[in-house]
Amino acid sequence: MDLLMESLIAVLILIGAAFTCLGSIGLVRLRDFYERLHTPTKATTLGVGSLLIASAIFFSWTMPGISLHEVLVAVFLFITAPVSAHLMAKAALHLRERGETGLPPETTLQRHDGSGRLSEDKDGNQDGNAADSG
Amino acid sequence: MKPLLPHPILSLMLLGLWLLLVNSIAPGQILLGALLAWLIPLYTVRFWTAQVRIRRPLSLLRLAGTVLVDIVVANLAVARLIVGPMARIQPAFIRMPLRLQGNVGVSLLANIVTLTPGTLSASLSPDRSELIIHALQGHDPGAIIADIRTRYEQPLLDALEQR
Repeated sequence: MDLLMESLIAVLILIGAAFTCLGSIGLVRLRDFYERLHTPTKATTLGVGSLLIASAIFFSWTMPGISLHEVLVAVFLFITAPVSAHLMAKAALHLRERGETGLPPETTLQRHDGSGRLSEDKDGNQDGNAADSG
Repeated sequence: MKPLLPHPILSLMLLGLWLLLVNSIAPGQILLGALLAWLIPLYTVRFWTAQVRIRRPLSLLRLAGTVLVDIVVANLAVARLIVGPMARIQPAFIRMPLRLQGNVGVSLLANIVTLTPGTLSASLSPDRSELIIHALQGHDPGAIIADIRTRYEQPLLDALEQR
């Protein structure tokens, strides 16, 4: 029983560590800002998720009672990770950060006509222009 | 006349949050949690402008299950992309016309899009009619949009009452 629980926890921690590591590798290998945003939101949700499950199992098993703190960590992580990624992407779009992809079509972005700098480049790459599939 | 319990769902969530925080279900903690869950919505009622009504809780639960499975799939897919050759990553911006309206629905959808395979919600058009999505493999925008529509947007449309 001891051995079984310990190996289960060890496996979960290893999975968590592996995915966190992959997230970091992604940050190094991916080529532009927008691509890099994908890794912390994904590779770490599963990474931290398995670490949290390991933690919940460990503390429920060794301490009296059930440990469910970890659920809260997961909930907050799942709320904050996408929101921060969205805000960073939005900020980058406002600064007209061009990645490998270029920019989405102008019309969909908020115009900042007050400052001339932002409205001067209108040649947003049309690659990402999706057909309006109704 | 203020209603006695303006946000029942929020109250329930606060009670759950409190019990998880103190990590116990002792009667005293339940009582204290219930008091907080009653008082906090009562005093913050003006902050919560939009009232959301959940029409079909079961549909929402099923969506949560789908999303959890998809998060695991997303991790594996992105992990494979990261260690594989970079040429396989062809990023693109996709404009997805939204059928959902309302703050809660749109923010839920945007969060789900970010958490699931290879997509990231990057921006919302000013008139809230389109979500701009950055996809790691964006060579087929139609398929990505159709996928998001059927898997996430439709259940949200079913479950939430439009305001």
